Amino acid sequence: MSLEFDRKIHEALSNQKLQLKIYANTGRMKEGREASVAPDVLPDYQELRSQANALKRHAIDHLDHYLEEFERNAEARGGKVFWAKDATEVADFILSLAREREARLIVKSKSMTTEEVDLNERLEHHGLEAVETDLGEYIMQLAGERPFHIVGPALHKDRYDVADIFEKHLGIGRETVIENQAAIARARLRAKFLAADLGISGANFLVADSGAVVLVENEGNARLTTTAPRIHVAVAGIEKVIPRAQDLAVFLKLLARSATGQALSVYTSFLSGPRRRGEIDGPEEFYVVLVDNGRTRLLPDRGKRQSLYCIRCGACLNTCPVYRRIGGHSFPWVYAGPIGAILTPQFLGTAHEPALPFASSLCGACAEVCPVKIDIPKVLLELRHEVRRSEAREKRGGAAVRLERLAFRVFAWLATHPRAYRLAAPLGVALLPARLRERFGIDEPPARSFRQLWSRR
Amino acid sequence: MSRESILHRVRTAVGRTEDQPIPEPPPVRLRIPQVDREARLQSVRRSLEALAAKVHFAVTPRAARDLVETLLAGRNAVASNAPYLSECGVANLPGVRTGFRDAAELREACTAALVGITSADYVLADTGTLVLLSSNSEARLISLLPPAHIAVVPSSRMLTGLDELFTVLPSPADASSSMVLITGPSRTGDIEQILVRGVHGPGELTVVLVG
Amino acid sequence: MADRVSLFVTCVVDQLFPNIGLAMTTVLERLGYTVDFPESQTCCGQPAFNNGYWAEARTIARHFLDTFETCGRIVVPSGSCTAMVVNHFVELFRKEPETLARVDSLRQRIWEFSAFLTDVAGVEDVGARFEEVVTFHDGCHALRELGIGSGPRRLLARVRGLELRELAPAGECCGFGGTFSVKFEELSTAMAAAKADAIMRTGANAVVSLDPSCLMQIRGALARAGAPVRILHLAEVLASA
Repeated sequence: MSLEFDRKIHEALSNQKLQLKIYANTGRMKEGREASVAPDVLPDYQELRSQANALKRHAIDHLDHYLEEFERNAEARGGKVFWAKDATEVADFILSLAREREARLIVKSKSMTTEEVDLNERLEHHGLEAVETDLGEYIMQLAGERPFHIVGPALHKDRYDVADIFEKHLGIGRETVIENQAAIARARLRAKFLAADLGISGANFLVADSGAVVLVENEGNARLTTTAPRIHVAVAGIEKVIPRAQDLAVFLKLLARSATGQALSVYTSFLSGPRRRGEIDGPEEFYVVLVDNGRTRLLPDRGKRQSLYCIRCGACLNTCPVYRRIGGHSFPWVYAGPIGAILTPQFLGTAHEPALPFASSLCGACAEVCPVKIDIPKVLLELRHEVRRSEAREKRGGAAVRLERLAFRVFAWLATHPRAYRLAAPLGVALLPARLRERFGIDEPPARSFRQLWSRR
Repeated sequence: MSRESILHRVRTAVGRTEDQPIPEPPPVRLRIPQVDREARLQSVRRSLEALAAKVHFAVTPRAARDLVETLLAGRNAVASNAPYLSECGVANLPGVRTGFRDAAELREACTAALVGITSADYVLADTGTLVLLSSNSEARLISLLPPAHIAVVPSSRMLTGLDELFTVLPSPADASSSMVLITGPSRTGDIEQILVRGVHGPGELTVVLVG
Repeated sequence: MADRVSLFVTCVVDQLFPNIGLAMTTVLERLGYTVDFPESQTCCGQPAFNNGYWAEARTIARHFLDTFETCGRIVVPSGSCTAMVVNHFVELFRKEPETLARVDSLRQRIWEFSAFLTDVAGVEDVGARFEEVVTFHDGCHALRELGIGSGPRRLLARVRGLELRELAPAGECCGFGGTFSVKFEELSTAMAAAKADAIMRTGANAVVSLDPSCLMQIRGALARAGAPVRILHLAEVLASA
């Protein structure tokens, strides 16, 4: 693996405080989820998962149809749809819109897609102020860090960290009481909401039959972001599309439960276009930016296409024994946890971090909790195979990789030549590094193998 | 144009041609359980109280009015233009401003108000969820900017849950540019997973079911 | 034929835990089965498969298919190796319809040991006695890939004198994951340590599992924690009389 990945993992594992924080915080969400989908609480849980999987499969398998339907319906209601093939086009669109409308202050609600395309950086580079309004994202923005977790961006920060960040970046006195910290953020952000020219949101779902954007949240910052400013821009990956409004009866029952254990999140907004005649408030302009940025690269492979079903609930992160120890910042890209481990190599290429698909014991806990039934371990296995194929093809990886490949070749030969296997196997065990043998307590392997004992019966 | 290239890439990847018809999407069976009025009321109470929201039952619109007056406790409020609020007499309680039609004026009033009073189009009994459609009767900011929100709703508007909502309203986009489902007061656990209410929406939610 | 079973002991049992193979034989014979051991067996191909070396895995899998072609019932003392054959051979031979037909036949003739006892032999009481306090570790492959969870517990419940205490948290990976344990050693060790802590919290004298590789991983962690807890395969407990 890259030195960077190795180092980050080591740092995370060595940080006792971090270990406790991640484990406790993800644990709470994990337990919340478990309680909320228990058979006596949500008897339909497994059926809902199957339905959600089927709906996503259908939508993705017919994605062109639903994207066009979405566009038609969004534009019929006065919205405008912009198609962005990559990060640059997303930023360029928003920049030119901001310029045309003389918008200088932008408020943003949570959107992993905008993280993916580094939108804030580009906006700031061009002199716009883009403020994150989700409390966790706000804290991370002030700290200059990437979100740590899909649902809890500042999961790894405690009140003292937040006090430090506020003191340093807001120029205020040190405040360590959480309620007061939240009040400070509320006051600051209120001013931004009310002064902002443009609000940028993500989208949990894009509803094709309605041309609508669905936003799921607990704070109300997404509602404010999409209600107060006169322009609303929703930035969404093309895979977010679902066929019908009524499909939300399936997805909404799964999303909040899978994320935090709530039956429904506090606010679910179903937004279809700008303010209509008669309506008193709401944005005057409504744009949806449909983002490709590599998603079309994930589509062709039928086995891995399911990676696009993700509804960003975070359940896989909260249940993964690896994520719960190494945390979000150990991952090489914006998406962390099991879903990050399968999206990153598919978006950025396996060469970006060849070890990433191997950073899993394949325990399958993620697949068990995924509300849309993505078979993450299966995709990880396919990606591992892809890594090996490209290593062989491009002669990448160095001596260690070549040696490993040779070792497996030799083992395959031995495994198909039982007599040689019988002789070589104990030798192989004996030749294992002493450290390994000690670690597994096999420094004194049995005198006779099973087959030897058997032949003596 | 990226639109064409993206659509082309999608079609090539999934093996479809332009305008190719699609099979029916998997059916979503919406099940509406049999729940009587009393059970719905109790369910709303249970769900919302678990979320630290308050629930009151008023037998008559007049009783609702008196109740809201008590709840306001002298705080200044903005009320939506919902006919039901007028019907109850909530809209002309002392300290309540209503009748806003201009967005800027409304925003200013909501910024200054301590309480926002609305009705609701529906209440989902199983989760205690208020369903608000934006219209000339219901502005969006009223249930969003002030730190407290009181919703006064006839109990006849209670539905059993999401399935019933999408049965009676299969196309929310036809009704409004904004439908919002509100389940409890605004909350966040973003710092140490400690629950804090009222960032950024109202931290106090009271639902008054009438009749 | 009706009372004959063939053993696939797995490379780990063959080389490192032969007693597990013997224990399994004892139990099966006690139940009246005639046990045979196809000598040409080696490996199921899981390490090669999990590491992405699918061509090599296919080679090994073909040998497996040949070895067990004529065996009516195959019993395996490992959830992960059984899952490899039952769930993943189809992926390896996706493009070989003839081999897939053989895989399909094989999948219906192979069982993880505890599943064989409960589902094929139809027994829960195998006449065992083991007067100890034990805890049970659910290996991930057995639990999630094969859906095996209540079976081993029902078997343990009928062991005379045995007290079973459940682990908390339940269902967490021990951190072995094959070469994961070597490539991500620190991480694997941390996961194992958590498992050892959970085991020690039960106060059990022994931890029982269906998977020798889990047991091996756990043994190391218990030793590092200085805990005097033994590792035992389910077969070893059931073989005790």
